[in-house]
Amino acid sequence: MKNFMLGKKAGMTQLFLEDGQAIPVTVIEAGPLTVVQVKTTEHDGYNAVKVAFGDVKESRVNKPDKGLYAKADLTPKKFVREFKVESTDGYKVGDVITVEALKEGMLIDVIGTSKGKGYAGTVKRYGNTIGPLSHGSKYHRGLGAMAMHTDPGRVPKGKKMPGHMGTDRVTVQNLEVMKIYADRNAVLVKGAVPGPKGGLIMIQDAKNA
Amino acid sequence: MDLVKSIEQSMIRTDLPDLQIGDFLKVNLKVKEGNRERIQSYEGTLIARKGKGLTETINVRRISYGVGVERIIPLNSQKIDSIEVIRRGQVRRAKLYYLRDRVGKAAKVREKLITK
Repeated sequence: MKNFMLGKKAGMTQLFLEDGQAIPVTVIEAGPLTVVQVKTTEHDGYNAVKVAFGDVKESRVNKPDKGLYAKADLTPKKFVREFKVESTDGYKVGDVITVEALKEGMLIDVIGTSKGKGYAGTVKRYGNTIGPLSHGSKYHRGLGAMAMHTDPGRVPKGKKMPGHMGTDRVTVQNLEVMKIYADRNAVLVKGAVPGPKGGLIMIQDAKNA
Repeated sequence: MDLVKSIEQSMIRTDLPDLQIGDFLKVNLKVKEGNRERIQSYEGTLIARKGKGLTETINVRRISYGVGVERIIPLNSQKIDSIEVIRRGQVRRAKLYYLRDRVGKAAKVREKLITK
């Protein structure tokens, strides 16, 4: 059975191992999730489980969503995400999945939305080298040359230029689950995860473990 | 309470004494040698505290064989067996980095006399 989880990034701290080693960890407030729909090959063409997470005010839910939740006899939730699974056996609408679906020591992939950086230049966005700041160089953080000369007479496609940076979907692979607090619905993941505090985090089994 | 703080709370050590900047400390550290574990003590002046909560660290400075040594020790590490405060120091700032530029007697912290 595939393991997956939705959560909110709460912040970072550290953890001490038995030998005194300090491990940086991210605290994720994870689950509980409610299964809102089960998709099957016969009906939808593929197998997937749609889960909802997070409390929401009744007044913030629009009418079509309210209808869907009411039909399944559930209370509306803030986020809905779908996870593909090999088989939908064992999932049915209304099931609750808690953080105990994850196990300590397992490797996971974490998906989040990175922090927005706004309109950024090529130095910040692509790590271009900066020019000399003194000795009258007049070339500091600029773009530099765009291309060659009359031949080829055009700028190559995909040329790295300034533009919007951040708020991308970012996946970090093979992070270790260090600790699970079932009573607090919290999971500690080794290392950093993308996005700001409070950002939605998707967790699933490591693809390339 | 904030989730991160509540998780940290369960791991924070409460058995250590109240430490103040300028104190002369004896830190008993657990050292592993092969399979055996023994206690190694490190003495010096507490010149800085950094961070808060679980990630707090202390910087302990001493002069060893004429060379200044500073050890930064995570306060909540299990590697610390115990900490003893040998004497309190009379200081007027939170970071005693000025001690680095001093030699000999000038590099000492005045002892704090307990007034009744």
